[in-house]
Amino acid sequence: MKFLFDKDTWQEIYGAIRKNKGRTAITIIGVMWGIFLLVTLLGAARGVENGFNRMFGSFATNSVFVWGRATSMPFKGFQEGKRVRLTLSDIDAIEQELPEIMMTVPRISTNSLCSNGFKAGTFEVFGDYSELDMVQKKNLVYGRFLNKTDILEKRKVCVLEEETYKQLFDKDEYPIGTMIKINDTNFKIVGIYKKGAVSIDSAEIHIGYSIFQQLYNRGENIDYMFVTANEGTDIVQLEADIKLLLKNIHKVHPEDDRALGSFNMGKEMEKVTSFLTGMQFMTWFIGIATLIAGVFAIGNILLITVKERTKEIGVRRALGATPRDIRNQIVMESVFLTSIAGMLGIIFGGIVLVIIDSLVGDEPDAFMVNPTINIPIVLIALVTLVTLGTLIGLIPAGIATRIKPIEALREE
Amino acid sequence: MQNKPRDNIFMIKIEQLHKSYPIGKESLHVLKGINLEVKEGEFVSIMGSSGSGKSTMLNIIGLLDDHDKGKYTLDGELIQSMDEVKGAKLRNKFLGFVFQSFNLIAYKNAWENVALPLYYKGVGRKERKIKAMEYLDKVGLKPWANHLPNELSGGQKQRVAIARALVTEPKVILADEPTGALDSETSDSVMKLLRGINDEGMTIVVITHEHDIAELTDRIVLLKDGQILSDEHTSTYNNKIKK
Ligand SMILES: Nc1ncnc2c1ncn2[C@@H]1O[C@H](COP(=O)(O)OP(=O)(O)O)[C@@H](O)[C@H]1O
Ligand SMILES: [Mg+2]
Repeated sequence: MKFLFDKDTWQEIYGAIRKNKGRTAITIIGVMWGIFLLVTLLGAARGVENGFNRMFGSFATNSVFVWGRATSMPFKGFQEGKRVRLTLSDIDAIEQELPEIMMTVPRISTNSLCSNGFKAGTFEVFGDYSELDMVQKKNLVYGRFLNKTDILEKRKVCVLEEETYKQLFDKDEYPIGTMIKINDTNFKIVGIYKKGAVSIDSAEIHIGYSIFQQLYNRGENIDYMFVTANEGTDIVQLEADIKLLLKNIHKVHPEDDRALGSFNMGKEMEKVTSFLTGMQFMTWFIGIATLIAGVFAIGNILLITVKERTKEIGVRRALGATPRDIRNQIVMESVFLTSIAGMLGIIFGGIVLVIIDSLVGDEPDAFMVNPTINIPIVLIALVTLVTLGTLIGLIPAGIATRIKPIEALREE
Repeated sequence: MQNKPRDNIFMIKIEQLHKSYPIGKESLHVLKGINLEVKEGEFVSIMGSSGSGKSTMLNIIGLLDDHDKGKYTLDGELIQSMDEVKGAKLRNKFLGFVFQSFNLIAYKNAWENVALPLYYKGVGRKERKIKAMEYLDKVGLKPWANHLPNELSGGQKQRVAIARALVTEPKVILADEPTGALDSETSDSVMKLLRGINDEGMTIVVITHEHDIAELTDRIVLLKDGQILSDEHTSTYNNKIKK
């Protein structure tokens, strides 16, 4: 291995490569193309993944949302069409029965007239718990989301979605601390948030659960429950369990699929994840196949050049080169070429990713966000490349060492 | 110790040497019992018609090829069939080669070509360059040090090749038809160069099929059908001795 650190080895290699520019260029292009594809495709795949994550990432992915609807089958003396009303005690019941539930957050909602001076409109008002922020993290533009004290002390504070804020306020008017009227009651604005591309919020104004109950005279009934499961729970199974339990409590036929509505975040995420996995797999497949093709091209070209350089190799042997000297030189040429090609490919791939990134921009609905490739993958790719370069270089090197000086030097 | 008598007064000593090449199932008997002794400082030419086995003999002397039968001693060291690594080392240490078609490496300039054997000897780059320049100067080509072979004339290329053969300070220079690709004027100057080197004490063995060229050496060994037909000193040598 000493020869690796010998400056002369590299000078010999550099000399041979520099002075065979044509073949060096051709050789490099193949591998460069392969690693370039790998880097750009992986980066693009990462970008798409980031895009999905931005859309879904604010959600606790192991959560399922359930709401009551009307029955579609008669059961235990009840006619079909009975309205299922979920209650706070349902939450206690399912949490008792199903230990895999980490947290359940109820929500009540109504449409209500809201106004800020002369600007007014009907908006959907939600009664929420501060824990909602854990189900879907709010992307706050100003201020904060509801907190525990707001709920406990029944504070008259509210959080607006950005669109609502735009309808109730003039442009550039700082809203935090301002009062608006909700159902003829003054509420102080504590936060403005921006809705993501995928959201559990159809709008619009969030106030504390407790103050909502009081304001609209709601009892135990709830409109939605957001169930978040412990890590590692089979969320599809949990959804079925919850629904069966609720059907039991509310005397609904167990096979009545219309009585309860639900949205399973976990299931949706799974689809996205498997799509992303597929995409990654494709990327790796294409990239590696191209890389291997490129490395083989290098091997092939080295093989040709070994034949072209038979005489040179014979001369070197006559002048005192051992078969090992010859082998090392050819292998090192291969490694050197693959490494240079690899680095060039990575650099060009990086440049293309930067260009893509600037073209895609930073819109919230962009299908790609921050297309990057991480350093470990780049390093692995490089190491693999050098290894492949060594292995493939061994073939022409082996042939080169078998060249007999007398045969190489024989005058025709 | 200092006065230990040299038991190897012969630089090259060959006894009953045989060499055959397999050709398909047949075997071509090329060298049929060669006996040859070359003393240190001799300037010998080997003559013979094409196919008489000159190159084969020189390749064996040059450790580029094995012999089948017989004894070969180089500078007192008995050469037996050996591995390629040892062969390479001995070539590098003892022998300098000059070829008919020069065999310079096309992408290396003159001094880099000259320096190449030193690289395989493990000499550092700085010293390599100094040595290479020194020997290029010796063959009168110092101003051409940075030229590529294709920028040099045939005679200049052969001078570079000779500098390359000399640079490791070998014991023997082996030249297989060094003037074969040169016009007569250039041939003469190359032979003069070799003569000068020989005058400094170098043992030289040259193959040629031109009698004029052979006459410029000290001794002519005539090969025919794999055997030595005659082995005589030249008039050049005899004139030198008379003086
Ligand atoms: N490697 C080899 N394999 C088979 N035959 C060879 C080989 N080298 C030389 N020969 C044959 O041996 C004979 C002598 O060749 P060579 O020594 O090159 O002759 P010269 O140099 O005197 O012209 C020729 O007939 C040649 O064809
Ligand atoms: Mg010959």
